Parts: sequence; structure tokens; C-alpha cells
Amino acid sequence: MNAQALFTAYTTIVLREIRRFTRIWPQTLLPPAVTMTLYFIIFGNLIGSRIGEMGGFDYMSFIVPGLIMMAVITNSYANVVSSFFSMKFQRSVEELLVSPVPNWVILAGYVTGGMARGLGIGVIVTLLSLAFTQLKIHSLPMVVVTVFLTSALFSVGGFINALLATKFDDVSIVPTFVLTPLTYLGGVFYSIDLLPDFWQGVSMANPILYMVNGFRFGILGVSDVNPFVSLGTILAFIAVLTFIALRLLARGKGIRH
Amino acid sequence: MTNALDIEGLTKTYGSGFEALKGIDLKVAQGDFFALLGPNGAGKSTTLGIVCSLVTKSAGKVSVFGYDIDTHLSDAKLHLGVVPQEFNFNQFEKVFDIVTIQAGYYGIPLKKAAVSAEKYLKKLGLWDKRNTPARMLSGGMKRRLMIARALVHEPKLLILDEPTAGVDIELRRSMWSFLEDMNRQGTTIILTTHYLEEAEALCRNIAIIDHGRIVRNTSKRELLQQLSLETFLLDTELALDTAPDLEGFSCRLDDEGVLEVDVHKGQALNDVFMQLEQQRVKVVSMRTKANRLEELFIRMVEHNAPKGETKTEGRA
Repeated sequence: MNAQALFTAYTTIVLREIRRFTRIWPQTLLPPAVTMTLYFIIFGNLIGSRIGEMGGFDYMSFIVPGLIMMAVITNSYANVVSSFFSMKFQRSVEELLVSPVPNWVILAGYVTGGMARGLGIGVIVTLLSLAFTQLKIHSLPMVVVTVFLTSALFSVGGFINALLATKFDDVSIVPTFVLTPLTYLGGVFYSIDLLPDFWQGVSMANPILYMVNGFRFGILGVSDVNPFVSLGTILAFIAVLTFIALRLLARGKGIRH
Repeated sequence: MTNALDIEGLTKTYGSGFEALKGIDLKVAQGDFFALLGPNGAGKSTTLGIVCSLVTKSAGKVSVFGYDIDTHLSDAKLHLGVVPQEFNFNQFEKVFDIVTIQAGYYGIPLKKAAVSAEKYLKKLGLWDKRNTPARMLSGGMKRRLMIARALVHEPKLLILDEPTAGVDIELRRSMWSFLEDMNRQGTTIILTTHYLEEAEALCRNIAIIDHGRIVRNTSKRELLQQLSLETFLLDTELALDTAPDLEGFSCRLDDEGVLEVDVHKGQALNDVFMQLEQQRVKVVSMRTKANRLEELFIRMVEHNAPKGETKTEGRA
């Protein structure tokens, strides 16, 4: 396939993914908007007003970047894992497998689809947050780069989960038992300065901490970790997971007999 | 001329240890209408799955129009169209979208894909259903949708894995005529089917696979010539009490009083009629007892069955 044909194949996958999640918007776009609004009201307004400042900002301002990032992470991941696993389940993945689309284009298409949903939700949540607090961007490039890379990373993660999953339970295990705890413990709701030294050290092993803090630095200008270490960590994870995803695709893991 | 499909020493052992293919060789010439027959579990779908890269081979070589799938997979795939045995499209997508999305995977821009989709959806009688979600289609329509989807990029080799399974006779005939048309226009077609009359009606060359080995690979004509005995059913004008004595032929009356006559290769059917004429038995109609290919097929796979195992299904 020449470059033009590869681009057509790539856009076909991306547009198909965007059509899919917009067609079922009550399942994909609405729930995170409702959930995040509840977070803003309960944690930000009701409880946050009694907490006072965190990291030098009022609590609502402090948690908004984390909540936006949480929405981006969970939705990027969920989009790819559910879409690709459904294709495996319905066997419509065979449409792709018999076609000449190279594996890297398949991966790029799904990751872009996941990013479209994750970032779309990010924009929705950001707009909702404006009803509760004012957002002053400290570093727009940092905000954009961090959120794009994080969305890409979790889209690749969702893709690997979908390849390895053999039943619907496998699709929900990682988001429920890995992603959610890591996100909640990744500094969305608190600064790790509040933790004893030992738990601060443990928290540093949580990759989501770097993403949340990198994004928070972009918006508020404060972070528990060096923002460049955050970016480096995200890039390293993307490289490792992309390599794993391409290896699994080449071996036909979960998609070829 | 390069073959449409070349398979050499193809083997496949699944993770469970099951040896589905034990080194098969197969050649399908360009422009051929080829049938791959075999009982359930013989290795037909595994063979075609490997050609379409849905199954990974254990060893051997596969080339599509000269493109080795190990070294030029993308080129090989560009020449292939696949109609699988089971419905494998997104049931929630619309008919038109399913076909144009498939074209997109082949790098065909939407504008061009839409023209091709319209052509094949019209030819297959699905144009009126283009905006219908696939799940709302009947079984026959779903099968035709898979054919349209397989053809949208104009492949030179079309592989159909039981394309008319569960399709009513009228629709089956119209699909036969469509496939014959495609073949006349130059598309090489490889077909697996459970309906042996389908293979007999459509195909020029036939391979029979059993227990992961090709047990016969020849032209349909040559295959049918190997049939050493055929049984004819003769409906007589008047009911017979006993079967007439026909010299050189074995004959009997079935439960419904129809006369069954065995005719061996080299014997003339005229002799049967001459002797019946002499005995004043008037025949009003005649047919063969079983499909000729089916009869041969059953014999071949029974002969090939391991000791203690018999196959009485008579299905490919």
C-alpha cells in the first residue's frame, strides 16, 4: 500500500471509531460528564470548602486538573478496549485482518479513536469545571502535550487489554482493579506532600501520579514531581506499551488462530 | 502463467496439539472455478484461513498470484476477497457503511468506494437496504452482503467458505448465476460447500481434503469419470409386482415400487431400455438415485477414514 492508501485506511478506522462512540453518546459521552459534575459539586464545593487550600490553591482549583486527567485516562482506555474487544467478539475484526492494513496502522487508528473520545471528554469536563472555578493556564504547551500523550498511552493500554481479553470480564478487570485505584492514589484529590515519607516513596512508583502532576503543573504551575520527569515517564511508557502491542499484533495474539 | 493460488507443504498444528493440516499441496490456476471439499473438520476452513491470514500456518508456503504471504503479505491480500462461513460484520452498522469501510481498509477513498459499493449492492439486490443496519437483514441478505463486501476492492481471487449455507433454493440459484458471471469476467473463485450439487454445477476443478490431507485433486470431469457405478431410478407407467430380470444389470424395487437399476461404467443405458421394452415395461421418467459427486465423495472419504471410523454423513 502506498502512503495515500495507508492514510485512507487510517482515516477509515479513526472515523469509524468516532462514529461509534458518538452514535452511542448516552453510553460514552454523557456518563463522564454527569460523574465529573458530581465530583465538582461534592468534593469541590461541599467538602472542598471545608478543606481549605491544597498546594497553595483552593481545593476546587486543585482537583480540577486531576479530575480532567482522570476522565481522559478512563475514557481513552475504555473506548479502545470496548471497541476492539467487541470487534473480536463479533468477529468483525476479521474485516481488518484479511485486508492489507499494516499492524501499525491498525494500532494508530484505534489509538487515535481512543484519543478522540478521551480528549473530547477532557474538553467537556473542562467546560463543566468552568461553572465551578476559574482556570488560569500556567503553560499551555505543557497542558496540551501532557494530555495528548497520556490519552495516547491509555489508548495503547486499552488496545493491549482488548487483545489479551478472552471474555467480557477481562475487559473490566483492569479498569476496575488497576486503573481506578492507581488514579485515585495518583494525586487527583491530594498532594503527596500530605503522605508520610514511606507512602510518598510508594506513590512515586505510580505512573498516573506523573501524568496528573504534569497536567496540574501545566494549569496551576505546581506539581509534586518535576514536569519533565512526568513527560519522560509518559513517553517511556508509550514506547514500551507500543512495542508490546505491535509484538502481540504480529503474533496474532487473541485475533488469529 | 502464475497460479492464482499456490500451496506447498502446508501444515497446521493448533495449540491443543491437533494436526489440522498434514502437508498439503494445491494449485489453483487463474480463472478457475475451484471447489475444496471435505467432511467437517477435514481442514478446509483452516486452509482457507491460512490463505486469508486469519490462521497462522505451522509450516509450508502459500502464494497468491505469485506473492508469498511470508514476504509480500500486503500484495497477496490486495488480490484476495473473502466470504467467510459465519457472519463477521458489525451488526449495528449500516449495509452501505460496512461495504465502504471495507474498501477503506484497502486504501480506496470514500468517493471511489461508494461507486463500487453501489455497483455490487445493486448486483446483489441489496441497494434498497443500503441504509438498514446489518442486524435487520435476513440470513440470505447477510450472505449477499458479505459477498458485496468481499468484492468492493475488485479482487482477482474470491474465496467463499460455504456461501450458500442456509440459503433457500431460489436465492442459491441466483447466487450461483452471479458467481458464474464473476468467474466469466475473469475472477478466480475457490469455493467450499456442503452442497455437492453446487460444486458439480459450478466448479471445473475439485480437490477433496480429508484428515488434513488432499485425497484427490483433479478436474470435475475426470473425477466423475471415476464413478464406476450409478444407480438410476425408473418410474414405470404401471406398478410392478416384482423387479424385471435384466441381463447384465442388477435391479430391484424400492419401498415405493420404483425400479432401481445399477449401471456399471462401460454399460449402455440403452440396453436397460431395450430389455424393458421387450418385457413391455414402459418407463415414464428417470433420475439418478444420488448426486454423482456426492456418491464419489462418500466413497473417497470412507476409504480414507481410519479403521473403525465410518463417515455416513455424506456431506462435504
